[in-house]
Amino acid sequence: MSTVFIAFQANEESRPIVEAVLADNPHAVLHESPAMVKIDAEGKLVIKRESIEERLGRDFDLQELQINLITISGHLDEDDDEFTLAWKN
Amino acid sequence: MQIDLRTVSIKPVRQTFDHIARRFGDKPASRYQEGTYDLQQTDIFHYRPLWEPEHRLFDQQRTQVVMKDWYALKDPRQYYYGSYTIARARQQDAAEANFDMVEERGLADTIPATFRQIALALLVPLRHVEWGGNMNNSFISAYGYGTAITQPCLYHAMDHLGIAQYLTRLGLVLEGPAALDTAKDAWMGDPRWQEMRRLVEDVLVTQDWFELFVAQNLVLEGLSYPLFFDHLDNEFSTNGATAISMMTRFMAEWYAESSKWVDAQIKVAAAESAENRGLISSWVQHYRERVGKALAPLAEVAFGERATAVLGDVTADFNSRCAKLGLAI
Repeated sequence: MSTVFIAFQANEESRPIVEAVLADNPHAVLHESPAMVKIDAEGKLVIKRESIEERLGRDFDLQELQINLITISGHLDEDDDEFTLAWKN
Repeated sequence: MQIDLRTVSIKPVRQTFDHIARRFGDKPASRYQEGTYDLQQTDIFHYRPLWEPEHRLFDQQRTQVVMKDWYALKDPRQYYYGSYTIARARQQDAAEANFDMVEERGLADTIPATFRQIALALLVPLRHVEWGGNMNNSFISAYGYGTAITQPCLYHAMDHLGIAQYLTRLGLVLEGPAALDTAKDAWMGDPRWQEMRRLVEDVLVTQDWFELFVAQNLVLEGLSYPLFFDHLDNEFSTNGATAISMMTRFMAEWYAESSKWVDAQIKVAAAESAENRGLISSWVQHYRERVGKALAPLAEVAFGERATAVLGDVTADFNSRCAKLGLAI
């Protein structure tokens, strides 16, 4: 197994996203840098639209992630409800 | 000379205000939390208001509903001034574009005469009902307790004012300024509107602000919006009057959004205690009957002989919504 990660700019918009990711992925580890948050996870990381919407209080399009996204690593599998990073090789 | 670059992580001394930290722990707080929780003054009122010496300026006794913590009534949309105005500005742009399209293409002329008449007879006088909604929600934000509910009520009041303006413009597009006078006359004199007018005027003088919230935001809106902006709107779209649907799109969208907020308030207040649940349920029963009576003659204008069936559908949906909120009705 190896690690996948995703990094966001640290701001008001990305905070509920980060909260949702950490809640849905108990094995994920959060690293807070100045102006950036990076989430490392062993093997797989799932971002769910539903849990972001719950924290945000409005409809959310997963593509809105891109606005504050800095970088990702891992194979990406994206549909309307989930944004999944994993190493599938 | 060699320069080493390295990042230094500086931990802020404090993450948020002390009163927010006391509630949620010392971690970064959202703007909604900072702009809402414990903002209203609770102590050290020097003077009692001269106009109501039995109460303090902000007083929990102005409603029979009892909450241990009024800040439990939070807004699922998390509106604070910034997010609210941004959301509405976006919707305003869409609505403007719709009105522009209707006016530029002369779509109003393509509306069949019967449906133009229905829209003029029903939607335009509704602007007076909307004004009632504005007054009532302003009342709640003035006399209610806790920023969590008074803040969104003020936004709700402004929304009603906006909707009244859209309805006015709809009248102007369909018939010009005369439509507004006709609508005012109907509101003041037409027997079909009098039950509604009596209801709006009775609600205007209700003193218990939570009763007002139930009457206006849950019952009156919960029955009239689906009737006018869902069922009647379907009628318009299927009969070649799509131009009207374009002009009332905001109302349908807004109702879907704001009813989630209303539901959250009622659900939390009803779950707090059996007394609250009983009280809110009895208000719902009382106003459901009155609103039903007020809507009956209007539904007849809209749907003719299908009126009872449509109103029955709307009421059934409303009842199941209330049941989901934990009310006994």
